[in-house]
Amino acid sequence: MNDMTPTSAERAEKLQGMGCKRKRVEDIRFVQGKGNYVDDIKLPGMLYGDFTRSPHAHARVKKIDTTKAAAVPGVVAVLTAETLKTVNLDWMPTLAGDVQMVLADGKVLFQNQEVAFVIAEDRYIAADAAELVEVEYEALPCNVDPLKAMAATAPVIREDIKDKKEGAHGPRKHYNHVFNWQAGDKAKADAAFAKADVTIKEMIVYPRVHPCPLETCQCVASFDKIKSELTLWGTFQAPHVIRTVGSLISKIPENKIHVIAPDIGGGFGNKVGAYPGYICAIVASIATGRPVKWVEDRIENLSTTAFARDFYMETEIAATKDGKVTGLRCYTVADHGAFDACANATKWPAGLFSIISGSYDFPAAHVSVDGVYTNKAPGGVAYRCSFRVTEAAYAIERGMDIMAQKLKMDPAEFRMKNLIRREQFPYTSAFGWVYDSGDYQTALQKAMETVGYKKLREEQKKRQEAFKRGETRELMGIGVAFFTEIVGAGPSRNCDILGIAMFDSAEIRIHPTGTGICRLGTKSQGQGHETTYAQIIATELGLPADNITVEEGNTDTAPYGLGTYGSRSTPVSGAATAMACRKIKAKAQMIAAYMLEVHDDDLEWDVDRFRVKGNPERFKTMTELAWAAYQEVPPGMEPGLEAINYYDPPNFTYPFGAYICVLDVDVDTGSSKVRRFYALDDCGTRINPMIIEGQVHGGLTEAFGIAMGQEIHYDDEGNVTTASLMDYFLPTAVETPKWETDWTTTPSPHHPIGAKGVGESPNVGGVPCFSNAVNDAFAFLGSTNIPMPHDNWRTWTAADKLGLHR
Amino acid sequence: MIPASFAYHRPSSIKEAVTLLGSLGDDVRTIAGGHSLIPMMKLRLASPAHLIDLAGIADLKGIREDGEDVIIGAMTTQHEVIASDFLAKKIPILSETSIVIADPQVRYVGTIGGNVANGDPGNDMPAVMMCLNATYHAVGESGERRISAREFYQGAYVTALKPGEIVTAIRVPVPAAGHGHAYEKLKRKVGDYATAAAAVVLTASGGKVASCSIGLTNVAETPLWAEEASKIVIGSALDAATVKKAITAAEAITSPASDGRGPAAYRTKMAGVMLTRALGRAKARAGF
Amino acid sequence: MAKSQISMTVNGKKVEELVEPRTLLVHFLREQLHLTGPHIGCETSHCGACTVDLDGKSVKSCTMFAVQANGTDIRTIEGMAAADGTLHALQDAFREMHGLQCGFCTPGMIVRAYRLLQENKNPTEEEIRFGISGNLCRCTGYQNIVKAIQYAAAKLSGAPFQEAAE
Repeated sequence: MNDMTPTSAERAEKLQGMGCKRKRVEDIRFVQGKGNYVDDIKLPGMLYGDFTRSPHAHARVKKIDTTKAAAVPGVVAVLTAETLKTVNLDWMPTLAGDVQMVLADGKVLFQNQEVAFVIAEDRYIAADAAELVEVEYEALPCNVDPLKAMAATAPVIREDIKDKKEGAHGPRKHYNHVFNWQAGDKAKADAAFAKADVTIKEMIVYPRVHPCPLETCQCVASFDKIKSELTLWGTFQAPHVIRTVGSLISKIPENKIHVIAPDIGGGFGNKVGAYPGYICAIVASIATGRPVKWVEDRIENLSTTAFARDFYMETEIAATKDGKVTGLRCYTVADHGAFDACANATKWPAGLFSIISGSYDFPAAHVSVDGVYTNKAPGGVAYRCSFRVTEAAYAIERGMDIMAQKLKMDPAEFRMKNLIRREQFPYTSAFGWVYDSGDYQTALQKAMETVGYKKLREEQKKRQEAFKRGETRELMGIGVAFFTEIVGAGPSRNCDILGIAMFDSAEIRIHPTGTGICRLGTKSQGQGHETTYAQIIATELGLPADNITVEEGNTDTAPYGLGTYGSRSTPVSGAATAMACRKIKAKAQMIAAYMLEVHDDDLEWDVDRFRVKGNPERFKTMTELAWAAYQEVPPGMEPGLEAINYYDPPNFTYPFGAYICVLDVDVDTGSSKVRRFYALDDCGTRINPMIIEGQVHGGLTEAFGIAMGQEIHYDDEGNVTTASLMDYFLPTAVETPKWETDWTTTPSPHHPIGAKGVGESPNVGGVPCFSNAVNDAFAFLGSTNIPMPHDNWRTWTAADKLGLHR
Repeated sequence: MIPASFAYHRPSSIKEAVTLLGSLGDDVRTIAGGHSLIPMMKLRLASPAHLIDLAGIADLKGIREDGEDVIIGAMTTQHEVIASDFLAKKIPILSETSIVIADPQVRYVGTIGGNVANGDPGNDMPAVMMCLNATYHAVGESGERRISAREFYQGAYVTALKPGEIVTAIRVPVPAAGHGHAYEKLKRKVGDYATAAAAVVLTASGGKVASCSIGLTNVAETPLWAEEASKIVIGSALDAATVKKAITAAEAITSPASDGRGPAAYRTKMAGVMLTRALGRAKARAGF
Repeated sequence: MAKSQISMTVNGKKVEELVEPRTLLVHFLREQLHLTGPHIGCETSHCGACTVDLDGKSVKSCTMFAVQANGTDIRTIEGMAAADGTLHALQDAFREMHGLQCGFCTPGMIVRAYRLLQENKNPTEEEIRFGISGNLCRCTGYQNIVKAIQYAAAKLSGAPFQEAAE
């Protein structure tokens, strides 16, 4: 060793391992327009499919005449439910234990439901022909109000299960009932409420919204008649699940199905499940012997693919008069549309909604959720949040504000008083969740200090007085949210998708020259996995991140995994990556000991090498060990240097955060302008701070869209009125606020690298933060709850109801 | 996403365009910037058998003075309106309006002629043109005629333009030097049509309004020229009580659609709020 | 409908092709010229993922027929890098500043940013946000896109780049 030998720190920096702002690998192709998205795929002889869709929300299909459509030159085939019946694919199973029509079978149940699938030589002809399919409908009364779904005279939506008293999740109490699911201790909660000093009860509605990734759902199905094998490229957040489900329903053996998810232009939960378009493209390819591409347009995406939320949560909190919470109850009606195609783990028809006790120490709590059918699009999914977690966070965060208001306490102080204390971790909630780690008080303190919370409240008071004196027509709102998420689904004892446990995987192979490849069961849709998993490996194995290729999405080569959604990649596959690395490292250590002629225990690890304890000039780098693994291994040892790990997480992870928003409402127009948004996130160990920041920016922007204007709205006749980007609110760079990000780090004790996942936290915490801010602006005038979205006209209407326009 | 088939024509003169328009039957549309028509065609809300592209006609471009008027070629893009120093000086309300129409890409291609001629109640320029007392030059097989903007709009997508006519230019009388102006538009986000918008052009004399003209956007089936409201403020110093009366008069002529932007009653109120703010800014600019 | 012949320059190369009148420019570029950089994110001309640079203008290629683009000079994302493969300052900047995640809006965003910087060499943050208001992004929240454009502007004009205080 001499002055020229790089120090440990220098060597570590060169690796670009965990903790550094490594520039993204995937960017190189994306900035050149050389991404490979599904619609970029062109295969010889490829056909195009397009749907004829129902204009009615609820109607009998009396007749479908495809003659004119089939006669258009260039049309190869037209599929209807009748065609699909011959291969038993007119209906398909959903991830939630229900069944869903692939093409209209005697009835249509929501506007724009798929009725016929036209296959043609090019997409222009397919579009022309789709217009020529003639359908005779007999309109039926429809219902789009979930609160009316279980009325005695409600229209029957699901005639196929009308008389079934048992559903996939237990007994059904009405023909439009899907399930009832409960968690917590009802008796204990009721007792707490019975003797409470103060209680609040409020109907908190989280409207139906849609993840709306910029790329819509699409696929290319190519059935090889010679080999009897199906290759399916698609926008799949969970490609292996698609393969297994595809095999089960099509009866094509799973080893003869090759599912490939290439680059995906955003997912946000929209691309987890299977859609009629995929099934129809597969059937069409089998029938025609040619590849078939299906690309939906935006209106189809917004009005028929999996929506999110649509939860009506009657939320109650009980507290002592000096502000200690004692009980929580929530009764929810969940609108699942026409088919329950909710992408949840099987045992959880309402997902992980029981995280609703949030960051607070509730001694007693109980929730009950009734899912119902309506004449709306089927679903739902977790739109950038873990399963139903954002709904739960919204209910509790709004509930806490409403209780604080009743107690005449500051919302931040009220939270501080009730936050789970750091000594209580690992903390078992009233619903049985074991929160892994957290230091909530420090986070909230830091947030409040950074924004100058006290000063903001003083300023607000002054402005409120000025408003009352008529000196200003603006109202200042300060929103606080302290969320705890439950992500990283999940432990096999809790979580399965159609029976498949929700583990995940990483397979790492190191080549002789010390570079390597890592394949995983997750699937990035923009989260930067090619960059971040390599950073974990770089730190674990001491090989430069640039030397590690990361691959996902090809089910033939990637180990089995459950995909990417619910912020599960880092908690599960990130753990698998670390564990696989440690197997490799253990083998490398033995090789090093053999080469250095010492005992394994005489070696210590130093960034990128094993060195002899007390004799650091004697070392072997991982690169040298890689070569040795293929050249000469200790007697009795297999050559090669690779490992695979399937990781069954022992628990979920619980990222959390403290968010504070300051905004000003123009009372005369109802428009709000965000002055400041501060987001402190704790996601445990931070793998790439640059990517974390990007995820927070993106999640907050989606939260902003949701809170301030997004809704998938149906009128009374079941028409979707917000099905295009004209009306579905996607903010531009002008409306989008500037984000301030910050962090604390409390690693997860059960995770190999202590990381928790972060992608969805900002959406979970952001929505209630914005909503609390708007509500806070009006609270001093006696307003208790203004529901989302807080678009101009609704905010104005709330102001008008308070008499502010006289 | 995919339009229906059509035959495409690209005349190189107004005469050629008009002849084509007269000879291709009823199912023919002209296309200017296409950023209203093409989206409609892609949704198959419009499926003309023939499209006559006006982009090849040089005579439809250009901005020039003609006495006390400015003549703007119909194919002048919003981007060109914004970039014109000449218009910025003479009729500043035009670029103030252009800049709140759609987004940068649309403004590069969308034309002022298209914006005034197709009768879409959501378009911004029509109310401004009514406010400015502009005249549209319309050319058909029988020659040119001039139609006052204030008489041009008859219903949603229904205008005084006869079949076979195209708008070739917009003639705007130049407002007096030192005039006050404002275009105040409330929208949900950049690129949206107005929830409500108000155009004001006024002149002042001795601290009082000498002349005033008010236009309202997207609060009825047509753009509105709020003549009554304008009359009310004349002779006043735009004191609160007078402004209130003018707002009431303006609100009274609105009949907005209820849509995602809000219920009709809200949009009527917003027309009032936009007008109040536009009057305030116009007043400040007129310097009284 | 009978096809007509069109010719134009795309990324510096002369092309001649047959198209139906109704063929949208974006489909022409993607399907016939195999330039899959411009993307399709909507059918109502809102998202801007299809943005190209045409005769010095930022244009949504989904809202133009290929026949209308006859005789024009078009640049797509594929034409941003130099002939020797050196990336344009904007392409570098987007990577440097983490101005992309899924990459779907990126081609349109970069091509629009290119024209924006031609219009205005040194835009303020507000001018940048307004300048890209015709391009939607679902992943980044725009903040790093703004930074990327500021970074590129500085590089292109030889000025130092000052990252705003966090």
